Amino acid sequence: MLHQEIRKKVLILSPSAEIDAHSTERLRSTIDHAFEKSPCTHMVFDFANVGFMDSSGIGLLIGRYKQAEKRGGSVALVNLSAEMKRLYTLSGLAKIIATFPTMDEALAHVKGGAQ
Amino acid sequence: MNNRVVLELAGHTVNVSLARVLVAAFIAPLDPDITELTDIKTAVSEAVTNAIIHGYGEDARKTVRMTLTLNDRTLTVEVTDNGIGISDIPTAREPLFTTLSDMERSGLGFTVMESFMDTVDVISTPGMGTTVTLTKSIHEATEA
Ligand SMILES: Nc1ncnc2c1ncn2[C@@H]1O[C@H](COP(=O)(O)OP(=O)(O)O)[C@@H](O)[C@H]1O
Ligand SMILES: [Mg+2]
Repeated sequence: MLHQEIRKKVLILSPSAEIDAHSTERLRSTIDHAFEKSPCTHMVFDFANVGFMDSSGIGLLIGRYKQAEKRGGSVALVNLSAEMKRLYTLSGLAKIIATFPTMDEALAHVKGGAQ
Repeated sequence: MNNRVVLELAGHTVNVSLARVLVAAFIAPLDPDITELTDIKTAVSEAVTNAIIHGYGEDARKTVRMTLTLNDRTLTVEVTDNGIGISDIPTAREPLFTTLSDMERSGLGFTVMESFMDTVDVISTPGMGTTVTLTKSIHEATEA
């Protein structure tokens, strides 16, 4: 349901689930636990295997942004489908969380920012 | 085509995905495009989630009813709970307004419903419950 990987202080999170009010509860605790015990400051979410997301997912992302911010880090998204991009745009999330077409660009972005 | 289906589900968030699956299957004969399908599934997800988490505070003993109606190419989705109700509907519909911020709600459910559907109608009585009615007409598939 959630694949995790650490690449140089960036926690890469790849959920493979429909993200809604039900799945976010599990995702939130799993992600926060992984982030807490890791030395990471940043998170990158890979949405390649996310088939659906509603506004619960926006709440989840804002919450994780706040966690990263506490460590002086940031959050980026990669592989957002055209459909999910519409929700992303509507939500105004772009102001705090950037989206990228490739993982390399997302990693470069977060590491180019705060340490 | 005219059609109607009624779904009753227990007030547990695990059932939100079932509501999405049902509405997708219900409109499949109209051959909606991916954008219409995503819009409708997302709006239904928002309405049913609200009934469960706000209306009932997630209580699986309670029942949410979803009625799907198809009138020609117009879909109507009615989601009803007999929960706490909404005292100030205009405020509840405002973007980013939420009464459950400690649960990381984004306050965007109504905004999503309004953006992704043609009409959103809310009827609510505090202490009695809420009915949210969504409509959207699905376009005839155009030949490539
Ligand atoms: N079915 C409902 N019963 C009671 N209150 C509701 C219902 N639907 C929505 N609300 C109220 O409207 C607010 C806004 O809903 P919404 O835009 O979906 O945001 P969110 O679900 O993130 O709080 C909720 O926080 C809640 O106070
Ligand atoms: Mg909501």
